[in-house]
Amino acid sequence: MQVLIPGPLLSYTKEREVEAEGQSFAELLGDLDRRYPGIRFRVVDEQGQTRPHMRFFVNGEQVFDLSRPLSPSDSVQIVQALSGG
Amino acid sequence: MDGPESDGIVSKPLVLVATRKGAWLYHGDAARGSWRVDGPHFLGHIVSHLVLDPRDRTTLLAAVKTGHLGPTIFRSTDLGHTWQEATRPPAFPKAPEGSVGRSVKHTFWLTPGHATEPGSWYAGTSPQGLFRSEDGGATWEPLSGYNEDAQYRAWMGSEQDGTPDGPIVHSIIVDPRDKQHLYLGMSGGGVHESLDGGRKWSPLIDGLEVVEGLDASNVAFHDPHCVRLSEAEPDRLYQQNHCGIYRLDRPGKTWQRVGKNMPAAVGDIGFPIVLHPRDVDTAWVFPMDGQTVWPRTSPEGKPSVYVTRDGGARWERLDSGFPQSQAWWTVKRQAMSADAASPVGLYFGTTSGELWASRDEGQNWALIARNLPEIYAVEAAARS
Repeated sequence: MQVLIPGPLLSYTKEREVEAEGQSFAELLGDLDRRYPGIRFRVVDEQGQTRPHMRFFVNGEQVFDLSRPLSPSDSVQIVQALSGG
Repeated sequence: MDGPESDGIVSKPLVLVATRKGAWLYHGDAARGSWRVDGPHFLGHIVSHLVLDPRDRTTLLAAVKTGHLGPTIFRSTDLGHTWQEATRPPAFPKAPEGSVGRSVKHTFWLTPGHATEPGSWYAGTSPQGLFRSEDGGATWEPLSGYNEDAQYRAWMGSEQDGTPDGPIVHSIIVDPRDKQHLYLGMSGGGVHESLDGGRKWSPLIDGLEVVEGLDASNVAFHDPHCVRLSEAEPDRLYQQNHCGIYRLDRPGKTWQRVGKNMPAAVGDIGFPIVLHPRDVDTAWVFPMDGQTVWPRTSPEGKPSVYVTRDGGARWERLDSGFPQSQAWWTVKRQAMSADAASPVGLYFGTTSGELWASRDEGQNWALIARNLPEIYAVEAAARS
C-alpha cells in the first residue's frame, strides 16, 4: 500500500510516498523499518507507544491503536504535528 | 580534552558545538587565532552532545533528536563529512504486558570508553539510564545493574525530579587507570561510583549539601551539575553542584566545599567545571546567580570565569574581553571545555548563542562565533 511520509522523515525514505506492506499498522511500521532502517524508532518508542506529535491516518481516519488491521487498498498517512519554536 | 602541546601551538584544534538546532565544527589554526566553521550539521535537530573519539581523533558521535522525532545517535568516521545512524540507539527494554515501561526521551551525555577498549562508549539518557556500545556507537545495550536496580529507580524519581529537560545521567567518567572504575552524576540523584564496569553502583555524596531544609542523607535530594576527574591526578575529582563547588581526594569519600572560598557576592553556583589537563590544582568555573528564584545568569549581568590554581583555596576573576555590564549569560553544564595545549585553551558557549575562547588559560577572551542557536555543549579536541 502507499504510505505518505512527513517531511522530517524524508531523510530516511527520500520520497514523499513509498510502498510498504502489513496486515496491521504495527506490521506496516515494521516493514517500513526493514526498508528504511531506523525510521520506526523515530515515530514509535521502545514501549510501542506513538511518540508525541506523531499522527497516523488510514483512509483519512486517525489511528490510535497500532494493532488496527490494514488491507492492501488502504491509503496510509504519517503526519507530523509540528509545534513549538 | 585531547591534543599535543607545545608553547601554545596545537595540532589541528577542533571545537565541537552542539545546539538546540544543530551542530557546528570549528577548525582552528595552529595558533588558535582563527577558526573555520563547518556547519550546520543536523540543522533543526536537537543535538545534546557532540564528542570526538580521543582514541582515533576522527570518529564523532552525536546525540540527536528533533522536537518531533525520537532520539538517536549518529556516528561519523570522517570528521563529519558523512553520518551513519545507530542501528540500535539507546532504548530501555520492552516492559512485560500489563506493566509500564520507560522510554528514552533523549540521550544527554556521551563518554568514550577506556583507551584499551577502542569502539566502546557510554551514554547517559533522560529519563535516567546508562547504556554502553562496544561497536563505535552503532548498537547500544542498557546497563541493567543500574537502570533496573530498585534503589536506583527510587533515587531517579520521576519527571518532576530532574532538570527542565527531564532527569538526566551525566558526567560519566572512566578512570584512565582502570576501565572497571566508573563515576556518574544524576540530576537529581547524586554522584555514584562503580568498581565493576557499571554493574553495581554506590553513592558518593558525603559532604555534599542539599537545598536548605532537605535531608542531605537522602540521595534523591542531591543534584551534581557537573563532575570531572583530573587527568593530571585521577584520584582528584571536582564538582559543580546545585549547592556549591566541591573537591574530593580519593580514596577519601567526603567532598569538601571549596566554593566557600569564592567571593560572597558571586557565590559558588553554576553548571560547568573544567580542569587543567596537567595541573591537578587548577580548575575553572562559570558562576551564575543562584539566589531566590534561580535566575541562572551571570551575577549582576557581569559575566566572568573564575579560576583556582591551588585546589580551591583561592579563586581569581577572569573577565578580560567580556562585556562589563548587562550581559545575562547562561552556560550549561556541557558547554565549557579545555584543550590540552600549553597554555591551555578554554572554550564555552552561551544559551544566547555565543562561542567564546581563551588561548591563555582564561586571562583574555575573544568571541569565536555569535548568533548561533542555544548552545547545549562545547567540546575542545584535536583532530587527526
